[in-house]
Amino acid sequence: MTAEPSALPPDPDGLIACPSCDALHRLRDVAPGETARCVRCHTVLEAPRRTAMTRIIMLALAALILMVAAIFFPFLELEAAGRIHRASLLDTVMAFSSGLTAPLTLAMAALIVILPVTRFLALIYVLAPMAFGWRPAAHAAPAFRLAEALRPWAMAEVFIVGVAVALVKVAGLAHIFIGPAFWAFVALVIVTVLKDNFMSRVTVWKTLEARRAS
Amino acid sequence: MENAGSAPRVLTAKAAGLVGCTQCGRVHAPGVALCSRCGAAISSRDGTSVQRVWAWLFAGLVVYIPANLYPMLRTTLLGKTTDSTIFGGVVDLIHHGSYGVATIVFVASIVIPVSKFIAIAYLALSVERKVSLSAHRRHVLYEVVEFIGRWSMIDVFVVAILSSLVQLDFAAQINPGIAAVSFALSVAFTMVSAQSFDSRLIWDADGE
Repeated sequence: MTAEPSALPPDPDGLIACPSCDALHRLRDVAPGETARCVRCHTVLEAPRRTAMTRIIMLALAALILMVAAIFFPFLELEAAGRIHRASLLDTVMAFSSGLTAPLTLAMAALIVILPVTRFLALIYVLAPMAFGWRPAAHAAPAFRLAEALRPWAMAEVFIVGVAVALVKVAGLAHIFIGPAFWAFVALVIVTVLKDNFMSRVTVWKTLEARRAS
Repeated sequence: MENAGSAPRVLTAKAAGLVGCTQCGRVHAPGVALCSRCGAAISSRDGTSVQRVWAWLFAGLVVYIPANLYPMLRTTLLGKTTDSTIFGGVVDLIHHGSYGVATIVFVASIVIPVSKFIAIAYLALSVERKVSLSAHRRHVLYEVVEFIGRWSMIDVFVVAILSSLVQLDFAAQINPGIAAVSFALSVAFTMVSAQSFDSRLIWDADGE
């Protein structure tokens, strides 16, 4: 992209404004593999990758499956004085359910499970027709806006660091066994980070627009 | 000669009499309310942005006070109950010799929230008055604040995991304290505060 210093075409269609700092750039085709950045604040404007759409869908699907595994298998197991206590992801969500901390139960469920799952579903819904070369699904635009709005609130990776801290805290108290769900969740985090790295918001929007018109 | 440290002069959508979408970058003629590409509400500059930033920031600051005063964890070991606050938890970890984890908790629950309050306030102030940090630095600061905010939730998750795991009746029991709620609220409010900030204002103050 090139910054536009003086004379300006009257047609706003040939321009792109940096979403972060509002600097105008003249639109040009960005080749796959190339990354176009804002000349002023260096925010990534466009970063098309040849198989990005397919990869994002695959990773989102993988993340969904891992999430199901993480919910239903035992997460952590604690043994102290001959007694064993198991905790699943659901137990963790329900930890706040009694007393004054009850509202946090809902927030926990949302941050660890509901919002990430909603995001994966919305992404698959929006990008699957793109990957197959079909026309965008009905309400694809609001669905993608939702997925982007949820991005900071889906906190699976923060939760994993929380687990690590908690494990060290109880390590002296009892024996801890890590269940299969824990590893599913770790894999989920890696997959989520990979998926978000493939995503370039402007590119997705431009693809959606182009397909809608055709 | 160009002034060292300042960005090269660039034309913004606002200066060109156009409106740019903050979601997808599409440029519109003035007077358009919804972006034709992505459907997001667009405006040249968000006039209420700074107000909303301050409102959410103060809300976050207010609930951060009880989060530090009330117990975060209530541990019962062999019938003896002890309450520990956020800071108390860090001190306990240091006594146990787990310096690494103590550092993580200290940074996530005390250093990050406090520096976030200061950073957001600084950014909001910088829109209205001249500050020494260049627009580029402030932009980086804003991106760091936006990125790091969610990581403060670690302590709330730790409390949830401990309370669900350590339930061994008489021998050992850990239950959440009320501070977990106000701390979670404080993190959420400051996240909304940072999101309310219109980052284009950083560059406007610098340009003119």
